[in-house]
Amino acid sequence: MNKRTLLKGAAAAFVLSAGAVFADGHEPTKVGFVYVGPVGDGGWTYEHDQGRLAVEAEFGDKVETVFQESVPEGADAERVMTQMALGGADIIFTTSFGYMDPTINVAKKFPEVKFEHATGYKRAENVSTYSARFYEGRAVQGHIAGKMTKSNKIGYIASFPIPEVIRGINAAYIHAKRVNPDVEFNIVWAYTWFDPAKEADAATALIEQGADVILQHTDSTAPLAAAEKVEGVIGFGQASDMAEFKPSPRVSSIIDNWAPYYIDRVRAVMDGTWESTDTWDGIAPGMVEIGEITDAVPADVKAEAEALRDAMAAGEYHPFTGPLKKQDGSDWLADGEVADDGTLAGMNFYVEGLTGDIPN
Amino acid sequence: MDLSSINPVLLVASIMVASTPVLLAALGELVVEKSGVLNLGVEGMMITGAICGFAIAVNTGSPFLGFVAAAVGGAILSLIFGILTQSLLSNQVATGLALTLFGLGFSALVGQSYVGIRPPATARLDIPVLSDLPVVGGMFFNHDIMVYVSLALVIAVWAVLKFTRVGLILRAVGENHDAAHALGYKVVRVRLCAIMFGGACAGLGGAYLSLIRVPQWTEGMTAGAGWIALAIVVFGSWRAPRVLLGAYLFGGVTVLQLNLQAAGLAIPVEYLSMSPYLITIAVLVVMSASKGRVRAAAPACLGRIFHAST
Repeated sequence: MNKRTLLKGAAAAFVLSAGAVFADGHEPTKVGFVYVGPVGDGGWTYEHDQGRLAVEAEFGDKVETVFQESVPEGADAERVMTQMALGGADIIFTTSFGYMDPTINVAKKFPEVKFEHATGYKRAENVSTYSARFYEGRAVQGHIAGKMTKSNKIGYIASFPIPEVIRGINAAYIHAKRVNPDVEFNIVWAYTWFDPAKEADAATALIEQGADVILQHTDSTAPLAAAEKVEGVIGFGQASDMAEFKPSPRVSSIIDNWAPYYIDRVRAVMDGTWESTDTWDGIAPGMVEIGEITDAVPADVKAEAEALRDAMAAGEYHPFTGPLKKQDGSDWLADGEVADDGTLAGMNFYVEGLTGDIPN
Repeated sequence: MDLSSINPVLLVASIMVASTPVLLAALGELVVEKSGVLNLGVEGMMITGAICGFAIAVNTGSPFLGFVAAAVGGAILSLIFGILTQSLLSNQVATGLALTLFGLGFSALVGQSYVGIRPPATARLDIPVLSDLPVVGGMFFNHDIMVYVSLALVIAVWAVLKFTRVGLILRAVGENHDAAHALGYKVVRVRLCAIMFGGACAGLGGAYLSLIRVPQWTEGMTAGAGWIALAIVVFGSWRAPRVLLGAYLFGGVTVLQLNLQAAGLAIPVEYLSMSPYLITIAVLVVMSASKGRVRAAAPACLGRIFHAST
């Protein structure tokens, strides 16, 4: 008996003993989730967990969900996924960019298990990818930020230099610049998705240097808590509504709504219709929502921001519409031209006007 | 690049705030290790202190009571470790790691209803004359009381270890527990006291995060600060002043690199990001080496199990 058959036998025994078997012989579909932060982070992971709960509510005892929180991106993630697959999971959602290679590696070992990787670009027979067009929300934030700033300095707490984060910076900058030509972006790379103390320090550093609007692409509410300490500084909820900081400093938010997608995909596994796909949805299908714009924002700015949101939802406006140049001054998009998804998915350059270099 | 946008007064003040949690935790661990016990549960005790302090401060409206509760919470958690390792003679490394895992889970459980709540503000100390001094006043004399408590604690730990009988006994237990036992000192009792002191300090450090530095409760909010504290004790070669240096250096470079990034300094961000770790290690290694002390500064009985019969 070699090691592989032993593993398979162990897995089968585990499934038989652990899974409640229905009268008609069907076991509940087991759905696994791998999270990068704690479910109580109030942001990114919290919203994924809301999606998990929605799956449970939708299918009741036909599904069984398991999750593992605060899983580091790297070798540990592979171990966690392997464990879930051995534990009989039928579909596993891996919810952070850094799980991309681990997901592909583990998927090779378990061809019958379906994998869904968030925000990545590597797919396989049994690996789908899904993401949301957060940059549409960033455009709305940029518009509000450009209108609201008095110091013309906007602080941006970035996490890792990956296309998704760079897209967000560009989208916010383009729309801030459009309504306020003097606006300037100060970008801090935190190199973490979740570290409240560091995020708070970064926000404090930006505020001390004169920024009065803080945009964040990290997952905790700490930057808002730091903004709250200083009069006149505003920020936005990231990934989740972060409503506890209403009406100010949190003046609006980007909310990720994963529930419909998760329910769809789990249903596809149950029906046997699951296929490897690439999903990238925005405001229109409801995967990205703009949280309530509070009264701290003047009524006319609020109306403009909502018009921008509605135009994107209706498909009339794309946040990356030419004429746009890259940071080095070379042409990117001609007048009226719209960026294609391929370029956006691999975006690794700043648009004209942003200062500083993107770390490699 | 616009370095003039960095205000040195605010920068120094931020550095002191950012360094305090790690400093408190590292001081506690220093005393624990001096007594010959290696407690790897600092992270768990910090986060337990963070939620205990936060919960009590929110419910009573008093940050002071919050800090007291944080110290008590950290000490109680460390007592579990103490009983397991000192009375039941379990492995210190494994037990310490378990303590971290337990602390993280326990704090998440207790903290569920505290997400998104604002803690009562801790008043800044207004020291007459000193606080009003230009520049220096803003840098050093305009903080909350815990910053000064942590600095006082550095002096206290240093003085007690160096000049008092209590410190001598503690060090004797850490250097050679069999000899200390033969002399009639209660090794286990001394170690339990040291462990609880370490737990209380770690708890204070955690509460400083949740009540002042961030300030809010989020699961897993210590995000590795406990491990940094452990490293700083080692690199500070088990001396309070060097631990102070290590903690401030680490906190200082962390805040400084964020400020330099925000100011748009033309140094690749990767180097800035790793700089806190590199510089802290480099400086402390140089300092430990320069005195020509070849002998390792670690307490001789560090991590060894003591039983009176052996």
